[in-house]
Amino acid sequence: MRDVAIVSVAQTVHRGAATELNEVEMIQPVILEALQKAGVRKGEIDFTCSGSSDYLAGQAFSFVMTIDAVGPWPPISESHVEMDGAWALYEAWVKIQTGHADTALVFSYGKSSPGDLPRVLSRQLDPYYYQPLWPDSIALAGLQARAMLDAGLTTEAEMAAIAHRNREAARSNPYAQLRGSASVDDLLAAPHLSDPLRRHDCAPITDGGVAIVLAAGDRAAQWADRPAWIRGIDHRIDSHNLGARDLTAAPSIGLAAANAGVANGPVDVAEVHAPFTHQEVIVRRELGLADDANVNPSGGPLAANPMMAAGLIRLGEVAQRILDGSANRGVAHATSGHLLQQNLVAVLEGN
Amino acid sequence: MGNRVAVIGVGQTQHAAVRGDVSLPGLIREAVYRALDDAQMTMADIDAIVIGKAPDFFEGIMMPEGYLAEALGAVGKPFFRVHTAGSVGGSTAIVAASHIEAGVAERVLTIGWEMQSCSEAMWALSFPIPFQQQLVAGAGGYFAPFIREYIRRSNAPDDIGVLVALKDRLNALKNPYAHLHEPDITYDSVKESFMLWEPIRYSETCPSSDGAIAMVLGSESVAEATAAATGVRPAWVHGMSMRSEPSMASGRDQVSPQAGQDCAADVFAQAGVTDPRAEIDMVEMYVPFSWYEPMWLENLGFAAEGEGWKMTEQGATQLDGDLPVNCSGGVLSTNPIGASGMLRFGEAAMQVRGQCGDHQIDGVRRALGHAYGGAAQYYAMWVVGADKP
Repeated sequence: MRDVAIVSVAQTVHRGAATELNEVEMIQPVILEALQKAGVRKGEIDFTCSGSSDYLAGQAFSFVMTIDAVGPWPPISESHVEMDGAWALYEAWVKIQTGHADTALVFSYGKSSPGDLPRVLSRQLDPYYYQPLWPDSIALAGLQARAMLDAGLTTEAEMAAIAHRNREAARSNPYAQLRGSASVDDLLAAPHLSDPLRRHDCAPITDGGVAIVLAAGDRAAQWADRPAWIRGIDHRIDSHNLGARDLTAAPSIGLAAANAGVANGPVDVAEVHAPFTHQEVIVRRELGLADDANVNPSGGPLAANPMMAAGLIRLGEVAQRILDGSANRGVAHATSGHLLQQNLVAVLEGN
Repeated sequence: MGNRVAVIGVGQTQHAAVRGDVSLPGLIREAVYRALDDAQMTMADIDAIVIGKAPDFFEGIMMPEGYLAEALGAVGKPFFRVHTAGSVGGSTAIVAASHIEAGVAERVLTIGWEMQSCSEAMWALSFPIPFQQQLVAGAGGYFAPFIREYIRRSNAPDDIGVLVALKDRLNALKNPYAHLHEPDITYDSVKESFMLWEPIRYSETCPSSDGAIAMVLGSESVAEATAAATGVRPAWVHGMSMRSEPSMASGRDQVSPQAGQDCAADVFAQAGVTDPRAEIDMVEMYVPFSWYEPMWLENLGFAAEGEGWKMTEQGATQLDGDLPVNCSGGVLSTNPIGASGMLRFGEAAMQVRGQCGDHQIDGVRRALGHAYGGAAQYYAMWVVGADKP
């Protein structure tokens, strides 16, 4: 395998509704910033890959218009995934491994504000048996949280503490949407939104995006003082069938973590893609993180959750801490689909 | 550049306007099982799955891979979704092959599919305000002006499109999987079919199909072992490339887009092809509207600028011509959009493997699979061959 590193990261200042911006206007400055941080021109990028969703844009082939954000003229070697940008990064990493590219630009974005996100996400379900019932994403997460509580794997107090910890951590993240939290006692005094979930248990609805530059070997060393080397990366999927799954587990995370080599060294920082508080408990367990691990110093998805970007942002947040020297080895996790169905895990190192 | 890759299994569905006899996963599994049978493998043998389709709105399922994971044997495996507009079938095959070239997998299942009967594709492709000015109806409405410009520049006779449509629909009669089987089609019936988007007539436009195609791709050692077991030669990937350009840019030529030229130049360079007309034995190219055959012949470098229509007129692209094009009947006869590009890639591989039955060309050593999408701005191509590269 070739050594490939994240050499720069940029993201939007995440907001509930970037009403005045279309997707190109929202992501283009972020792409430019990522290139500038690496000190490169777009002509030095061998491969470009993005992630987005037509269902969020409300438009078939929406990414066809958004490619304008990279100014692909003269024509570029490019691809797009209808997945979180973490998988776009995986495709770019594979491309670099083939030897056909040494450098890549990866970006992803989502504007959830124009639609009713929980109902939009219900369109992600089995069209014959689940979709007609319109179970929304929060109701489904509520089923999972209830299963966790019934199994004694978490408590509503622990869930509130997770919300509090993430949103307090977000105070130091200038890109976060929700910064700071009421006390755990105050959180628990709030009514249920979708029993047993309270509003604080759910990620906010966010418009935003992220861009990352990848480079291989010597090029990475030229483009960053301290590249964040991708030492392991893997992704796996579990069943969609809610009735056939143990909702309190996500074996695809454990499998991806083992393949990525999470346990092969200390974890200075972990950024996990858990849009609901109880899911952080599952992800931590599946990743095998220690109880005192430094998880989501950015505030995580509970502080800003731009769909299609929140997973790639996890990679970016870990990489940024390696790039700036505050961490040496970190783990990033991204998820896709309902109830942690599909998962990607990456291990990044400074040395 | 990386590890060698070969196509070792191909399977496609019976394509039709409405496949009401199968569920959505049932449709895809029809292609998957045929591809696995061709490779003498089962789902358990597969390391990773790379799947592609066109807009999720066509079936009304957002990111349907999650739902499909179990039906396609993906649980516990890497399962990857590509979407690059109409070129997606080709791009998906390339991303799948890249997994082997990169050394991250040895046996990759790749799938392209669409169940267009779930929706009305033409209106799904007619972008509403504020995304685009409300000027066009369907993809044909978008592309018709560029075809007219091609005719103006090249002084092509006005029946070249008729000849392409007649050829492709006659070829489809030799392909049992094709959607359209029109045994009574004639030059006159095509020419007299009603005008949809000047100069595109009804019989010169692609149908809307339900269908899927799957391929099993293998590493060098897997391909050789499979070939020894099945007795069917692998189709080795000699080159593959993707290129994209903007919908609108100053200086952009939508008649012969630069991205298409660049992509062809790249894929031929990788394959060591210097004279495409002489060195490529057959082409499966993405021709959803008849006139795109001569336009792509020029764009890909098989004919000089303004000369592509002469190849069509002289019969060079017929089954018995020197560069047969779309022997399967092509997109003009079968168009499940997310599968259409991979059908081109898969049919090219089948020709190399000698699996095409009545539409097989004798002695195909090297074939080109081509797909395009968006506003003629996304390209995916591969060259597959009988010889190990």
